[in-house]
Amino acid sequence: MPEIALSQAPAHIRMGSSIGQSLTRREGVLKTTGTARFAADNHPPGMVYAVLAVSSIARGRVTSLDVAAAKAHSGVIEVMTPANTPRLAQDPDAKLHPFMFRIEVLQNDTVRYVNQPIAVVVAETLEAATEGALLLAPAYETEPARTGLDSNDSFIPQAVGAGGPAEETHGDVDAGLAAASARIEAVYETPAQYHNAMEPHSVVAAWDGNTLSLDMPTQAMAMTQGRIAGLFGIAPEDIHIRSPFLGGGFGSKALGSGPQVLGIIAARLVGRPVKLVLRREQMFGPVGHRAPTRQTMRLGTDDQGALTALSHHVKTATSTFDDFIEPAANASHALYASPAIKTSHEAVRLDTGTPLFMRAPGEAPGSAALESAIDEMALACGMDPLAFRLKNYAEVEPMSGKPFSSKALRQCYEQGAERFGWAARPLAPRQMRDDAGMLVGWGMGTAVFPALMFQGHARAVLRQDGTGVVEIGAHDMGQGAWTALAQIAADALGLDPDQTEFRSGTSDLPDAGIAGGSAHTATAGAAIHDAGGDVIAKLADLATGDQRSPLFGANNAGVIARGGRLYRRDDEARSESYTDILTRAGHAEIEGRGTGASDPAALSAYAMYAHGAVFAEVKVDPDFGQVRVTRLVGAFAAGTVVNPRMVRSQYYGGMIWGVSFALHEHAVMDKRTGRPMNPNLAEYHVPVNADVPNIEAILVEERDVHVNALGIKGVGEIGITGTAGAIANAVWHATGVRVRRFPITLDQLIGA
Amino acid sequence: MNRFEYARPATLAEAVAAGAVPGAAYLAGGTNLMDLMKGGVMHPGHLVDISRLPGLDRIEWLSDGGVRIGALVRNADLAHETKFARQFPAVAEALLSGASAQLRNAATVGGNLLQRTRCAYFYDTASACNKRNPGAGCDAVGGENRLHAILGWSEHCIATNPSDFCVPLTALDAVVELQGPAGRRAIPLETFHLLPGSTPERETMMQQGELITAVCLPAEAARFAGNARYLKIRERTSYAFAVVSAAAALRLDGETIVEARIALGGVALKPWRPRTAEAMLAGARPDPAVFNRAAETALAGAKASGDNAFKIELARRIVVRALALAAAGTPERVPALPASPFAGAITHA
Repeated sequence: MPEIALSQAPAHIRMGSSIGQSLTRREGVLKTTGTARFAADNHPPGMVYAVLAVSSIARGRVTSLDVAAAKAHSGVIEVMTPANTPRLAQDPDAKLHPFMFRIEVLQNDTVRYVNQPIAVVVAETLEAATEGALLLAPAYETEPARTGLDSNDSFIPQAVGAGGPAEETHGDVDAGLAAASARIEAVYETPAQYHNAMEPHSVVAAWDGNTLSLDMPTQAMAMTQGRIAGLFGIAPEDIHIRSPFLGGGFGSKALGSGPQVLGIIAARLVGRPVKLVLRREQMFGPVGHRAPTRQTMRLGTDDQGALTALSHHVKTATSTFDDFIEPAANASHALYASPAIKTSHEAVRLDTGTPLFMRAPGEAPGSAALESAIDEMALACGMDPLAFRLKNYAEVEPMSGKPFSSKALRQCYEQGAERFGWAARPLAPRQMRDDAGMLVGWGMGTAVFPALMFQGHARAVLRQDGTGVVEIGAHDMGQGAWTALAQIAADALGLDPDQTEFRSGTSDLPDAGIAGGSAHTATAGAAIHDAGGDVIAKLADLATGDQRSPLFGANNAGVIARGGRLYRRDDEARSESYTDILTRAGHAEIEGRGTGASDPAALSAYAMYAHGAVFAEVKVDPDFGQVRVTRLVGAFAAGTVVNPRMVRSQYYGGMIWGVSFALHEHAVMDKRTGRPMNPNLAEYHVPVNADVPNIEAILVEERDVHVNALGIKGVGEIGITGTAGAIANAVWHATGVRVRRFPITLDQLIGA
Repeated sequence: MNRFEYARPATLAEAVAAGAVPGAAYLAGGTNLMDLMKGGVMHPGHLVDISRLPGLDRIEWLSDGGVRIGALVRNADLAHETKFARQFPAVAEALLSGASAQLRNAATVGGNLLQRTRCAYFYDTASACNKRNPGAGCDAVGGENRLHAILGWSEHCIATNPSDFCVPLTALDAVVELQGPAGRRAIPLETFHLLPGSTPERETMMQQGELITAVCLPAEAARFAGNARYLKIRERTSYAFAVVSAAAALRLDGETIVEARIALGGVALKPWRPRTAEAMLAGARPDPAVFNRAAETALAGAKASGDNAFKIELARRIVVRALALAAAGTPERVPALPASPFAGAITHA
């Protein structure tokens, strides 16, 4: 394997033996045989069941609950209402930092949104608890629900997304538009969407005094541990979370949801372990969603097709009691070179649950609007959409002027276009038909996602028997962390994967940081790499300082670790096994520690993003407007590819999510009541296999020596960006009809 | 209290007796009833499990050339019965366009006829629904109703019947056989489902205790085998209910239509059979202008019940296309994407 030269890598670690290999999932057999244990599969002795009763109204107050009827039902142990819910150590409506979201845990009788928990019934069986919850028959004092983007006054939020400014400006947009020789202005709308992970939110909670044992899916064990510790007034280390597998999270399982906290409270109240699992429809409220957006794009170009101004304004919604502002306009920050860029946000407060990070928060709806608008601007300039994008290719980050740490977007465009056959695309719409008479259209979009890192920690051990252990509390959400991180671990220790024990998925292991922001492999991987470097350095010290070692006299930088041996870099004929080194030194094992985090110096010097180009072919029935995406080609450059199989799978998943965004996903809300009318997977459509018959992901080579020691960028979310716009653009190219309201439904195309 | 008695009678007579108790419901495949019970939409006091009743799971070819399909024949088994699919290809295509493979393996012929509407307000027990709770009102009126009825609706109910199977069956003059406390009777499928009027809670002609024992297709229905199609517009390529659908079947003599059959799905609370449009086609040439006129006639009485005016035009167009596809001839095999517009050639002008 070629040695990967990395500026920040400890010189004695030779990467590439395991990294880069398409290993299959280590937990694959468990999952395909149904023996992987997810949180709700646990059943500790004495466990009872908790079921939520949720509000059917969006706004008002619960005036009565028939607690007596529920309690009289056979098997019901306790009914938790605001009247008897134990007080928490911390106000659930407190917001001490931006990542702390207010939750509904029966603190009072106020109803703030549909499907808000209003009581919890605990019973010996799931059936008894379910029946008990039905018997509560709540009565309400109802106030009118505010349900649409125009149903309340708007305000300028203090921050958007994870804390960015609501408005950012570079250059003079008004002047740029005034000077433009071609201009477009268009308004795009995207609907409310719900994460709908396959696995519903769940918790199995067991108290032992002030020690709390939790089986629950979480994308951020340490943060969840801290949140729960604060709410219950106990030490974080007295909370033991097991979260080996998540059945998807997509941002909705990062922070510890209200319902999960209610399960923990219930366990304390009844003095027995409690299991609480949400029903599908209960996921449409208390566990986050993506807010709807209305996005106004204004673009101008000079007579050569170069952008003179790009303005992206977003109106979105948050709840009446907390702030999460979908940072959709920020999608326009990094892609296209324009001397003037302005992004801005406004929001309205609606009677919904608080929106939350949802896979590509901001980027997904923002990209859909931006890439559609770029297509419209290219048309106004009479230019091919790819040529227009290349004309406006950003050589430096447009807003900051910083150079990119790496950017292989040109190669993405080239390889994607070549594979797709883009060169044969007619410029005008409605020019192509297939043999069956279907309208055929080709569209493209650019994908971009920031290369982020949180902070993570890892522990690495080398044992005298020549095996190693790496420990990190990482999160496998289905993306393959168990596998990819184990590959990094093996390389970090200079061992084969089968000699490396990889321990993960519990909160007593070192904090791996959040599995979000497409940052998990980079963060946890860098921590593992650092921990491996630390323990190998200790091993090298033992060898190079010992006259009896063939490595005596070689300094640390002069050895590399591979296959359970240290080699002199300048003379690989001289080497010694880990076992020999540790045996002679009399150590049963030695340990190293490591941290993964962004390098502040690199962050201030470079703009860091993964990029991609997505090409879509759609067929549209000319009479019915029914759309099918018949071909999708995505070419992505995201630094080091740890496991091509997992990475490709992430790109596929992201691109299919993009299909869903473009054509399917849509929470249908009754405007009068605020009730979600399709809270089930029969009616909340996501693509089925027949909707994605042909999908390809090209892994474009890219090396980045600045993002982190391993050169890893994220791949979890970028596939969504670019794709929704590419499909919208392909629909236009097929039909000549520009649909600006997502999802693109057939009623908007009839008459095409 | 969601308590119910569960019985699994051994004979048809016992089943009918058990089903005659007020509040009783028959359970066969359970693909719809179980969901409705879990969602609190239906609360039968007695569940009469007929899934193992003997003799109702057979496909019988009658001496006159017709076919009698037992009520417990699974949707998948019927669709994959070679002779049936050859004689009644539009029915097989409709079956295979419905739900998912797993559901088709469980769902029965009789149950398909009795599946409830997919109106979200019917499923949402916090909403008013005259079907669920007669006299409560209809929250679908003025609500999220872009997929609701355009024909035969009333201010009391704007829901649609979701069945694919029933659409070609209606076009082909299928007859429903019932066994009840008062004996056996047969009802044409065309009149089996009721329009809502002021009693949307009454959905079929069935009386309490009556049980569907079979669905019959007459021998004449097989005469359309060479020119019969089902076409279904969906909001995703598979595993979705119809926005609108149409069955079209023609008997041709050279360049002349001898007899035409049309039925529409997803437009009303019952499969819609526009007989006037059918009559217009008899004796005409199978060309686009003729089909357009027939489609106009078929939708002449259509009226939006909310944000669904687009469905009128869509329904008109699907009639034209289904007729054109039928005229072009039944394909040798059921397409890989059954009933999908993406399944094959568009043969319109």
